Amino acid sequence: MREITYRQALNEALAEEMERDPTVFIMGEDVAIYGGAYGVTRGLYERFGEERVRDSAISEVAIVGAGLGAAITGMRPVTEIMYVDFIPLCMGQLNNQVAKIRYMFGGKTKVPLVIRTEGGAGRSLGAHHSQSLESWFIHIPGIKVVMPSVPYDAKGLLKSSIREDNPILFIEHKILYNTKGEVPEEDYTLPIGVADVKREGEDVTVIAYSQMLLFALQAAEELGKEGISAEVIDPRTLLPLDIDTITNSVKKTNRAIIVEEDCKTGGTGAEIGMQIMENAFDYLDSPVVRVAGADVPMPKSSALEELAIPSKEGIIEAVRKLVG
Amino acid sequence: MIEISHDDALYYLKQMMQIRQFEDKIMDLLSQNIAQGGSHLYAGEEAIAVGTIAAIRPDDYIVSTHRGHGHSIAKGGKLPELMAEILGKATGVCKGKGGSLHLADVSTGNLGANGIVGGGMGIGTGAGLSIKMRKTDQVMLCFFGDGALNLGIFHECLNMAAVWKLPVVYICENNLYGMSVSVKRACAVQDLTKRALAYDMPSQSVDGMDVLAVNEAASHWVEYARGGKGPSLLICNAYRYYGHSRSDPRNYRTKEEEQEWHDRDPIKAFSQRCVKENILSQPEVETLEQEVAAEIEQAVKFAIDSPWPQPEELYEDVYA
Ligand SMILES: Cc1ncc(C[n+]2csc(CCOP(=O)(O)OP(=O)(O)O)c2C)c(N)n1
Ligand SMILES: [Mg+2]
Repeated sequence: MREITYRQALNEALAEEMERDPTVFIMGEDVAIYGGAYGVTRGLYERFGEERVRDSAISEVAIVGAGLGAAITGMRPVTEIMYVDFIPLCMGQLNNQVAKIRYMFGGKTKVPLVIRTEGGAGRSLGAHHSQSLESWFIHIPGIKVVMPSVPYDAKGLLKSSIREDNPILFIEHKILYNTKGEVPEEDYTLPIGVADVKREGEDVTVIAYSQMLLFALQAAEELGKEGISAEVIDPRTLLPLDIDTITNSVKKTNRAIIVEEDCKTGGTGAEIGMQIMENAFDYLDSPVVRVAGADVPMPKSSALEELAIPSKEGIIEAVRKLVG
Repeated sequence: MIEISHDDALYYLKQMMQIRQFEDKIMDLLSQNIAQGGSHLYAGEEAIAVGTIAAIRPDDYIVSTHRGHGHSIAKGGKLPELMAEILGKATGVCKGKGGSLHLADVSTGNLGANGIVGGGMGIGTGAGLSIKMRKTDQVMLCFFGDGALNLGIFHECLNMAAVWKLPVVYICENNLYGMSVSVKRACAVQDLTKRALAYDMPSQSVDGMDVLAVNEAASHWVEYARGGKGPSLLICNAYRYYGHSRSDPRNYRTKEEEQEWHDRDPIKAFSQRCVKENILSQPEVETLEQEVAAEIEQAVKFAIDSPWPQPEELYEDVYA
């Protein structure tokens, strides 16, 4: 099968859905002429024109707010917020308007809105351009939170997100854009809310998403050489969480480790770990372990940044300790 | 004829050269991957930081933007410490934790660059409020780009400052683009001074390539604020020479437009004018340029030779 980058996979998803449905349009900062800060929308302005690929002013609140207004009146906006770090600027729109409007209206409206954004550390950009805020968003009933880690998932899930009648926060990772993977030429979508077993194993279940999935797979590879067999699961969607796939694995391995890039306290691992406890406590041989980001703002210095998020070595060490 | 003393001319020129050479050097360091991450470079806009900050006292405040190196230098930041910060070293002015996007030097009254567009505007307004409540006669220069004009915080802050008559000069660095989106495409109103009308605030537009014009305008609004008359909006028009970031293809502006602005280079224009009017001599200008180059080399050497932060630093400074 052909291999393309994560960036290219996302770009194809956007182009195909715009081709398929004339109500789909893109709106955000530098998405048109520039092609997106990380190049995801490159070529779409030339292909679909300025009516459907709209450069907005630097107005995060209006981008999300207007996206909602357009979504409940017949359009399918795909908005872009350049960094997840800027979502807090429009958190009021996301939390109070986007997430709740359908419920508050007694189910009488649908919100086919996608908010694409990008987060994570690894480029030494400091505290305002490196955060992992997903745990804030899984605390908002009414939205769905998708975080793909490989090109195949990125494309299939973005296409489903655009076709979905619920608001989707689609969080990409800056380090993943240039990574490559197999993606078929033909049209496909992937279901939102379904996890994927990325590597099968017997001794321990490692749950990891976004950039951390790559680290977890590398760790599993090395652990394999030591005779430790790790099963690696990518939830792909954090809200709703496919806890069944995770617990089925834990019932087999009896041990679970969650790898997350966000700050440990109140992070996604806390939620996933608790759900494992609720669903598979009797199968656990030891407490669920978290390998997580440090509870600090992201430091600029690369010397500190790499210590602030999990590493392959850190995952290996945690698994050895748990299994050994 | 320009009215400026020999010493002032030398001071302005030196600061502008420092900023230009500092930025050119960082571009080098980025290409060699010695500087990591992003850096938004100020080359082309030097006259704004130098002209405005020369209008205030050392005990006055500034708050900066994501394009903040120039402001930090003009406010008296030490080049080695600033350079070390940009490289993420322990000797940096923020111990390597802030970097280019968060350069701050509280000891010089510089309340920091900001990774969030418009992020400094609340800080600037609040410092103005504090000045007023503490009853000092300080002033705040609050810098932001044309891109920040379309964020809610711009309107909220200007309104608050106007209602409470805060001693803040809001300085919009209009370089025609917010990343790739031109002011033409982003703003409904093209005469940016009109933005102040909604807050009944005085406003002026000035050639941001002319350090003396900038200084004259800034001096007026600084005295206005210091005299208790309230805030003002100063629009300084200039141009960013480099791309927004390293990967910027600059396909949203023309080579001709870039050339037009380069032809009006603020450093060249000012030094030529000073030489022509016998305020500075050509050899003086050349010597200054070499002195600054040596200073920048030293700063880079200091930064490169400096140690990385120690691992335990990761958990320090989160709380007081
Ligand atoms: C709230 C927010 N939105 C978007 C960005 C990404 N971004 C960084 S700088 C920039 C352009 C800012 O333009 P302007 O204010 O005109 O300043 P300039 O870069 O031209 O100096 C953008 C969009 C950001 N940092 N913060
Ligand atoms: Mg600008």
